[in-house]
Parts: sequence; C-alpha cells; structure tokens
Amino acid sequence: MFRQASRLLSRSAAAGSSKSATARAFSTEVPSTIDSTFVESWKKVAPNMDPPQTPSSFMKPRPSTASSIPTKLTVNFVLPYASELSGKEVDMVIIPATTGQMGVLPGHVPTIAELKPGIMSVHEGTDVKKYFVSSGFAFLHANSVADIIAVEAVSLENIDPSQVQKGLAELTQKLASAATDLEKAEAQIGVEVHSAMNAALTG
Amino acid sequence: MKSVKNIQKITKAMKMVAASKLRAVQGRAENSRGLWQPFTALLGDNPSIDVKKSVVVTLSSDKGLCGGINSTVVKVSRALYKLNAGPEKDVKFVIVGEKAKAIMFRDSKNDISLTVTELNKNPLNYAQVSVLADDILKNVEFDALRIVYNKFHSVVAFLPTVATVLSPEIIEKESEVGGKLGELDSYEIEGGETKGEILQNLAEFQFSCVMFNAVLENACSEMGARMSAMDSSSRNAGEMLDRLTLTYNRTRQASITTELIEIISGASALEAAK
Repeated sequence: MFRQASRLLSRSAAAGSSKSATARAFSTEVPSTIDSTFVESWKKVAPNMDPPQTPSSFMKPRPSTASSIPTKLTVNFVLPYASELSGKEVDMVIIPATTGQMGVLPGHVPTIAELKPGIMSVHEGTDVKKYFVSSGFAFLHANSVADIIAVEAVSLENIDPSQVQKGLAELTQKLASAATDLEKAEAQIGVEVHSAMNAALTG
Repeated sequence: MKSVKNIQKITKAMKMVAASKLRAVQGRAENSRGLWQPFTALLGDNPSIDVKKSVVVTLSSDKGLCGGINSTVVKVSRALYKLNAGPEKDVKFVIVGEKAKAIMFRDSKNDISLTVTELNKNPLNYAQVSVLADDILKNVEFDALRIVYNKFHSVVAFLPTVATVLSPEIIEKESEVGGKLGELDSYEIEGGETKGEILQNLAEFQFSCVMFNAVLENACSEMGARMSAMDSSSRNAGEMLDRLTLTYNRTRQASITTELIEIISGASALEAAK
C-alpha cells in the first residue's frame, strides 16, 4: 500500500514536473515581461486562458539616458520590407524633415519629426551614405538613439537619372492637364517626389 | 482503404505547399519586425489602458485546415471584449478573414462594425495594408485599437498577441497625466502646424505599420499551423491505413479458412458416407 502511494506520488510529481519542464522549455524562449495590470484583469475575465503576448515582450530593451552626452549616435533605419540599419553607431545623420534638412548629433533634444521626400545621409567618420527617402517619421530619443521609419527608401546609387527626368516631365504635364482633384493631387505628389529626386541627384 | 490513401496523398501535398509558402512569407515577416519597434519605444505599450471606445481588430485566415490558430484568436478577442466592456464603455469588432467572421457572426453579430476578406489572395505588400488601415480608420471611431493576431514564434509555436494603438487624443491625454507616456511631452515636434496634427499622422502611420507586421506574422502562423496540421493528418491517415490493411488481411484469411473448412468437411463427410 505504501509502495503504491509512493508510486502514485512519484508519478504525479514526475508528470507535474515533466509538464512544467516541457512548458518551461518553450517559455525560456518566450519572453514574459508583460504588463502586470493587464495580466491581472485578464485572469479575472478568462482564468483558463493564458494572457496574450504584447509587442513590448518581443522587443529588446532600449538603453537608458546617459548622464553625459555619448560620442556616437545609434541609428535604426527601418522600412516595411527590411531593417536597413539596425543599431548602427554613427557620428551624424541629416534627415529631410518637413521643416527642412535637419542635422542630428548625439545628445540631440528629443524630437518627433515628420519627414518629406528627400535625401537622408548617414555620416560615419569620412564615410557618407545617402538614401532617398519617400516619407515617414523620425524619432530622436534622449538616449541618443535615432529611429527613422520610412515607407520607401533607395540608396542614391540605385536611382536612374534619365528615368527621373522622364518621370518629372510626364508628371508635370499630367499636373497641367489634370481634371479631377484626385488626379491633381496625385500628379502634385509625383512632381514633388521627382523634383526632390532630381535635386538629390544633381545637388 | 483507397479513399484513406487518397486522403494521405492530398494532405502530404498540402503540407508541401504550406511549407513552400511559409518559406516565402517568413523572410518578409522577419524583415518587417523592425517596423513597429520604434513606435513601441516612443509611445510604450499599454494593453491595460482604460478607454471609452475600444475596437478589437481580429486577424484570421480565409481558408481552413490550419489547426487551432483561428479559434485561439477568436477566444482572445472575446476575452478582450469582456475585459473592456462595461458601463459607458464600448467595444466593437473589425474582422479580417473568413474564418473568424464565421465564428463571431454567431454570437457577436451586433458588435461587428467591419469585415474584410480575401486579404491573402495577392501577395501582401505595404500599400495594400495601408489602404486597409485607412479604411478601418475612416469607418470606425476608436480611442484604442487592439489588434489580435498570432505571432510567428517558430514553426511549431504561435503566440496570440495583442498590439495596442491609441488614438491621438488619448495619447495627448495620457502624456499630460504622466505615467508611461509622460515623457512624450518632453519631445519637440518638428514640422506640421500643431502637435495634434503630428500625433494624428503618427497614430495613422503606427497603425498601418503594426497592421503590416501583424498581417505578415498571421500569414506565417497560418502556413506553419497548416503544415503541422497536415503533417499530423497524413500520419493519422498512414496509421489508419496500416490498421485497415491488417483487418482486411485477417478477414480475407478468415474467409479463406472458412471456405476450406467447408470444402474439407464436405469432402470428409462424403468419404465417411462411402
């Protein structure tokens, strides 16, 4: 009888620990820094279900604000289909904000900037890489991290100048002959983007 | 038995198709993961925020046979509804995908404000998703949008995730109150006339970026779940085939034995009678 009891105990303990071991095997990979108020209110509503994850648990934590100005700026440049630059340490970036070209150095005041089509250049020492950016946002944080999110960006080497000229001519013509407001707006946008690209290539 | 063998062939083929589609989408989903991170870094992640009008955007697949992912998404959406409903609080659903539509129509018909189907017919790209996001923003009033989707963790693990996007008014209110968004006030605004305008653009951009990533992750999870579901069903079909073959052989041998016994007993009866 005691042997059976001990067998039952060991079996339940083994089952319990093996279940939690397999669960933990997954959960060591799964991050678990979830908002605690959310988890508590979830448990009240749906006690049998695990609470869903939230995006913050999938992100690497950001560095905290340093007391002195750091020497390098960390740039994250993301596009919908790729992360162009991720955590790259550079000296300066110049971004095409709607208020004009803005230079960003380490220790810049925290800013949210809306971008217009134009060139973005990344300076590292003597190395300068230029991208033509269609539009997007730039966040500059107090910890000298710059997040630039663009809808579309091409490196300047990949732009064909003859295509730009042709597109500009076509769209200027379309703007002149546009009938509806929608066509006018589309042509206007096209002209702005192409002339910015033109200026970028020649300037 | 022939039908079971056919089913096994079909499910194996479906698994191969799902595997190849998965490889195609997985690369894009992983590349798009960087897209929402700056927004979460700036605006924080507030799933427990208390607002008057919540809209739950449920992402699911159009086709079935993909395991349990659609039902988990629906369960999470229903629980979010219960979490956020209350006096003066309003929760509406926006459903993307046929499967969730079929399930939610049964009991939450009155709370569904918009349904979108056939999203995955053409390969997903950012322009298409931003048009969809625009549609949702135009047609639905919200203070907070909660997007429920399956995040692709690995080929066998899909985590239901809820991403929260706040409307610009709520962002301003929260940043004044302090707390998680309190630092937002210290940010200078470049461009645009007022802070409100920039925040509006920001919220819309955030929504389209988060939707893009969510839709890609959900598509990956769907392919992965279909792969594992088809794999287990082909294995099942194989086992069933084995068992049926054994039973068939046994029955065949039994009937042969019965015939032999009859013949032999008939023959021995004739001999005995002689």
